[in-house]
Amino acid sequence: MTDTANDVSTVSVTVNGVEIEATPGELLIDACERTGTYIPRFCYHPRMKPVGMCRMCLVEVDAGRGPGLQPSCMLPVSDGMRVETESDLTKKAQDGVLEFLLANHPLDCPVCDKGGECPLQDQTMAFGPGETRFVEEKRHYEKPIPISDTVYLDRERCILCDRCTRFADDVAGDTLIHFMDRGNNTQVNTFPDEPFASYFSGNTVQICPVGALTAAPYRFKARPWDLEETVSTAWTDSVGSRVTVQSSRNQVVRLLGVDADAVNWGWLSDKERFAFEALNSDRRLGAPQLRQPGGELVDAGWAPALAAVTDALKQTPASRVGLIGGARLTNESQYAWTKLFKGGLGTDNVDAQLGDGLPAQLVLSLRRASINEACRPGGTVILCGPDLKEDLGALYLRIRHAVVNDGVTLIEITPTRTGLSGIAAHSLHPAAGEVAALASALVAAQRGEAQGAAGVSAEQVAQAAAALSGPVTVVLGRPSIAESVDSVTAAALALTELPDVAFLSALRRGNVHGALDMGMAPGLLPGRTPLSAGTVSEVWANTPSEPGLDTEGMLRAAAAGELDVLVLLGADPLSDFPDRQLARKALEAVTTVVAIESLPNPSTLAYADVVLPAAMATEVDGTFTNLEGRVSVSEQKVTPPGTARADWMIASEIARRLGNDLGFGSTADIRAEMVSVSPLFAGLTEEALIEHRIEGVLVTGSSISLPSASAPETPHHDAYSLRLVTGRRMYDAGTMVQASSSSAGLAAAVAVRLGTADFERLGCAEGTTVRVASAQGELLVPVVHDRGVPTGSAALAANAPGSPANTLIDCSTSVTEVRVERP
Amino acid sequence: MTTEFFSNDNLHLAHEIVSRYPVKKSALIPLLHLAQEQHGWVCDDAMRQIADLTGTTPAEVRGTGTFYEMFKFHPVGKYVVNVCTNISCQLLGGEELLAHAEQTLGVKAGGTTADGLFTLEDVECIAACTEAPCLQVNYRYRLKVTDDDFDTLIADLRAGRTAEIPEHGTLAAVRQHIPADAMAGIVPPEQATEMPVWLSRNNQDAGGQG
Amino acid sequence: MATNAYIPHAPGYVDNDGPKIVSQRFVHEDSYTIERYEATGGYDGLRAALNRTPSAVHDEVRNATVLGRGGAGFPAGVKWGFMPPGKFPYYLVVNGDESEPGTYKDRLLMERDPHQLIEGCLITCYALGLAQCFLYVRGEMALAQERIAQALNDAYARNYVGRNILGSDFSVDITLTWGAGAYIVGEETALIESLEGNRGMPRLKPPYFPAAIGLYGQPTIVNNVETLSNLPWLVLNGADAYKAYGSETSPGTRMVAVSGHVNRPGVYEIEQGVTTFRDLFYGDNFGQGIRNGHELKMFIPGGGSSPWFFPEHLDLPLEAKPVGEAGSMLGSGAIVVMDETTDAVRAALRVVRFFARESCGKCTPCREGTTWEERILQRILDGEGRPSDIDMLLDIADNISPGPYPVAADPSQGLDAVPFPPKQTTICPLGPSSVAPIVSTIRRFRHEYEAKITRRDTIPVSVEPVTGSSDHHEVSA
Repeated sequence: MTDTANDVSTVSVTVNGVEIEATPGELLIDACERTGTYIPRFCYHPRMKPVGMCRMCLVEVDAGRGPGLQPSCMLPVSDGMRVETESDLTKKAQDGVLEFLLANHPLDCPVCDKGGECPLQDQTMAFGPGETRFVEEKRHYEKPIPISDTVYLDRERCILCDRCTRFADDVAGDTLIHFMDRGNNTQVNTFPDEPFASYFSGNTVQICPVGALTAAPYRFKARPWDLEETVSTAWTDSVGSRVTVQSSRNQVVRLLGVDADAVNWGWLSDKERFAFEALNSDRRLGAPQLRQPGGELVDAGWAPALAAVTDALKQTPASRVGLIGGARLTNESQYAWTKLFKGGLGTDNVDAQLGDGLPAQLVLSLRRASINEACRPGGTVILCGPDLKEDLGALYLRIRHAVVNDGVTLIEITPTRTGLSGIAAHSLHPAAGEVAALASALVAAQRGEAQGAAGVSAEQVAQAAAALSGPVTVVLGRPSIAESVDSVTAAALALTELPDVAFLSALRRGNVHGALDMGMAPGLLPGRTPLSAGTVSEVWANTPSEPGLDTEGMLRAAAAGELDVLVLLGADPLSDFPDRQLARKALEAVTTVVAIESLPNPSTLAYADVVLPAAMATEVDGTFTNLEGRVSVSEQKVTPPGTARADWMIASEIARRLGNDLGFGSTADIRAEMVSVSPLFAGLTEEALIEHRIEGVLVTGSSISLPSASAPETPHHDAYSLRLVTGRRMYDAGTMVQASSSSAGLAAAVAVRLGTADFERLGCAEGTTVRVASAQGELLVPVVHDRGVPTGSAALAANAPGSPANTLIDCSTSVTEVRVERP
Repeated sequence: MTTEFFSNDNLHLAHEIVSRYPVKKSALIPLLHLAQEQHGWVCDDAMRQIADLTGTTPAEVRGTGTFYEMFKFHPVGKYVVNVCTNISCQLLGGEELLAHAEQTLGVKAGGTTADGLFTLEDVECIAACTEAPCLQVNYRYRLKVTDDDFDTLIADLRAGRTAEIPEHGTLAAVRQHIPADAMAGIVPPEQATEMPVWLSRNNQDAGGQG
Repeated sequence: MATNAYIPHAPGYVDNDGPKIVSQRFVHEDSYTIERYEATGGYDGLRAALNRTPSAVHDEVRNATVLGRGGAGFPAGVKWGFMPPGKFPYYLVVNGDESEPGTYKDRLLMERDPHQLIEGCLITCYALGLAQCFLYVRGEMALAQERIAQALNDAYARNYVGRNILGSDFSVDITLTWGAGAYIVGEETALIESLEGNRGMPRLKPPYFPAAIGLYGQPTIVNNVETLSNLPWLVLNGADAYKAYGSETSPGTRMVAVSGHVNRPGVYEIEQGVTTFRDLFYGDNFGQGIRNGHELKMFIPGGGSSPWFFPEHLDLPLEAKPVGEAGSMLGSGAIVVMDETTDAVRAALRVVRFFARESCGKCTPCREGTTWEERILQRILDGEGRPSDIDMLLDIADNISPGPYPVAADPSQGLDAVPFPPKQTTICPLGPSSVAPIVSTIRRFRHEYEAKITRRDTIPVSVEPVTGSSDHHEVSA
């Protein structure tokens, strides 16, 4: 469905007397729609396998053996095929199916959320009979039952099209809803007491052709005819899924996935879909805040707040100022903030990542692959990174489809089992901190020199190497913040030795790739250019000459009293930086903490001296760069709360007050400058962004060269300690999740997960509270047996509510050794 | 988390059943039968463990199971009495026999007697059409059944005079068992892509096999 | 076999004069034991096959024109030829899910001669290079499962099944598996779904045969129990001997069950295309006449799915072509005889109700239409019918099976026969089959419907839900 081969042959099909061209293998229903003849359907969905259940798309077809009714959703076109979509036979069959569907469908359209956008209602209004011949009593079921925390199911309305169940099973791999019972009593349901707790459940609501499935955040909120909408980009992770943002009375009420062939195929993770609730949250900051002498943050006007910021900056030498964060921002705001810091203040102490990602130089220098390239039939994907199901939901769905349906081979090199392990050809789990050794072993085995490494046997490595076929895409990210990033960097560099290899970044945070492209990392300028190139110096007054500090460096400097002003641009170091002790020390020591924030977070609540309220995704115009480097439009749909402003406006205002106007009156101005300062952005014209509104514009090329790195030494395992593995969960204690009413409760309480041998050695029942202690700190958490955790490791999710794993981590060590003991 | 439902013996059997299929999920229906044999009906714990044994989810197990009417998802009588009323039996009094059965047992078709002994069902053709009207008790046939025959049968069942009829859930009294040394080899389809050796005989001289 | 002694032999088989292929051992009380089987030429067909090339065995079956006995009557040898070369592994699935109303023959073959079936499976696996055989027995047939399990255990012990069969290079495993109560699983793609652990819902066509994409996506042969039971005799005696029985287009014998209102209901092995319905109902060798001197009113010639026949069809031979042209089919060898005391509406309702209860629920017209038909018929029978109901029934039927539906001629009205098969708006023929009794009886006995309807013409109150057994009626989570 993605990159079809360059097959130029076509077949000719006659539809209602008009000849159309179609590609061999194309389904008749698609060929007709593409050429302007819409055949009604309920079960067919272009991104799922046809099941031919609803029979609504029956049309009269003559493929050489005489005319007859055929379901157009399962019939590939053939040359000379004649199709009648308006004939009496077709109409009679379709009317008959519609009557059958309505026989048991309740007539509660006036109170149904789907009313006004319901395919069944539309079909009935357009073609259906005026009254029903069905005088028997209809089927009855208990009215809507919650099948998860977010999704409600009304089985009376269900027409059993198999879309939701197919999605759950085939697309998401979460077979938690299923057809139950048989025949006229068939219904969709969950297993008793096992809800449809899928990260992708919202997609089923979107694709339900009737009002059987509804999502809690939208139930009874609005009517379709009251909605305004715009095409935009989801902001909660770096996939850059294309969405329609729908609003009513200046409030976002719903996000729908848009089928961008290059990106998300119309699917969204629930985090992407329901994160808009955070925009509407009571906790949103609507006014600037200043910390009072008593320690309290109190609302203030913009003037005194900005004055406090500029006063602090004026008094401080550039080398003692730092900026952490910015991945939440649009490309334009990122550019403005980078220009303020690197071009105005003249400091390179800027880092959009919080020590939990990958070195910018690595990400920008590796040969890159697009999602579609990674998913090419016959290729191989090596996952050397986080659990995509947890971190990058829509990418997980794309990779899953490629592996299950398109013959892509998946090899995992991950610290524990992931959401893709069930379909992986090989799952290799290296000991924490030793992934580089395993990557090198894989490369060696590919050359015929099999050896074991990092606790993985030579045989396993050899088998995985033998499975490598076709072009290889390494999905590269940070699987665990409890081990040094150097091991991942070294692994990536080793994997560059594989033939025909390219990389797809799995950095997770929103627009982090835009931030890197705008130069929000030490040593970088906009346009994937090293600081040494200095190409923006004509436009930027004051470009630093020496590379600055990254987040860890800034925090160390702050803790040592060498940094006076720290700007947190949508950043929460306490929660997200791997080493909580260092983050706390730094924030305590720094003189002035300025937070540009939409929702208060633990770092800003405790340490910010000035808080400036920022607008969020649907409240600003701009563009977004996804993990491929694809730039797409993010459009304003509603106004921000109170006096919150776009981030670029805040940067401009600070710059103006400091006496070096950035020169921006609009986001278009910023984009124009971006295009002018780097040839990389030449394609980002207004015309191109409009023309490629759905797919976006892929930015390619880089002037950054590969870093050099060597894998860190890891200590020998002793018999008593385990190595900590700390990856992300989709729902955590992050401010966005916690401010979304339907997601907040989904953040699971943390548990330490142990493999079979370690769990048995511990010798206590699942759920028992145990002590997890490192040299840095300790946590009391329940223990769980998890066959997916290798012996010698202990897995503990990052940033879980109430049990921050980063209290255990010392970021100066290569691995985090912990003891898990009965208290 | 593994849920333990099967007894040790049955778990052993379950593994043996799974091993007879190239793909584990194929054992799903036989394992539901095994669960019903152990418990009389299929409870949630059974489905959870079957999901575990077959690499599926409990929702899938229930989805498959509820498609088939022999599986019961709530307690049923020790004896499930299935009276056929399909056409061949109807022509010779099947529906009247069912009405008599309802009267004798005091429950409508689909119901279970208060003592938990009998569940009465109105079933479709059970392939004894020349011996109409017919019924099954726990899938053991009774043929050309008169009202009196029915009452006698019920009396016998109550009195325990029907040793050959097991409690509900048990089907065949003999199980298949393939000795390891006799098995040709059951492997997943992706491991059986070679041409079977004896087919190469087709390439040899057609007369050379005698 | 002490464990089996308590369950009586499946009765109903009548050992009459005439050629015997599949029922040749039924005269023996212990026909199901390996001792009796071996003593009566058992596994000689397998030995004969092993002395020939696999393709020679396939040719023998193709030349004999062994028609499938499951219902569709497709030649087995031709079906076998659809296997795409080289796409191993291939599988054999034996369809022992006999449940078509009125059908009673596969159960007899499984209970009374399981080794014959196993030998037929082995011959097939040998001829086609099949990797494994799955013997799928209907769930309700506990005795058949038991007999086959014992037979398989004995056959494994004597090296007829398993590794290096009879010392040759031929190895294959046979797995006994069984259903759990769903008529639709008799449809071959639904059977494969069931065997994969799924709900037994038919797969989309094309591909029309599982030979292309079957079990686990691999080429698969699905054959009926009776079809396979013919093979040991066929391989041993040759295609010419086989074709000496029956007619040219329908060679060999077949098992038929005659039930309903005849004096001697029974299962008979008959010669295809030779024996007529009249022979079956009235012949001394067969049914011995309509019961108690009654008159024949109508009969179902090929199981619940077939359109009904009437006295003028008595002289048709049991042969696919003439029966199809006359508006019905031979199906699974299930013949149900109804005398003049039979209420046509009540009989039609019972068959329609069967299809409503057995609809898998996949296709909208079948899921909704069969239940709707049933409820209208029930209303009519209950005296709650409306004058418009008859035409509405026909129109609903037309939305399940569009166009003229196969039906017998009615000379009294000057109406011609509509030949078999019906068209369908559904994936499989189950929904369209529900139309057979409706169209058959309304065309011939419309007055019986009208007689029940004209008593009322007020709009009825809806009736209670009717379908399903207790298990399928939970309406709340």
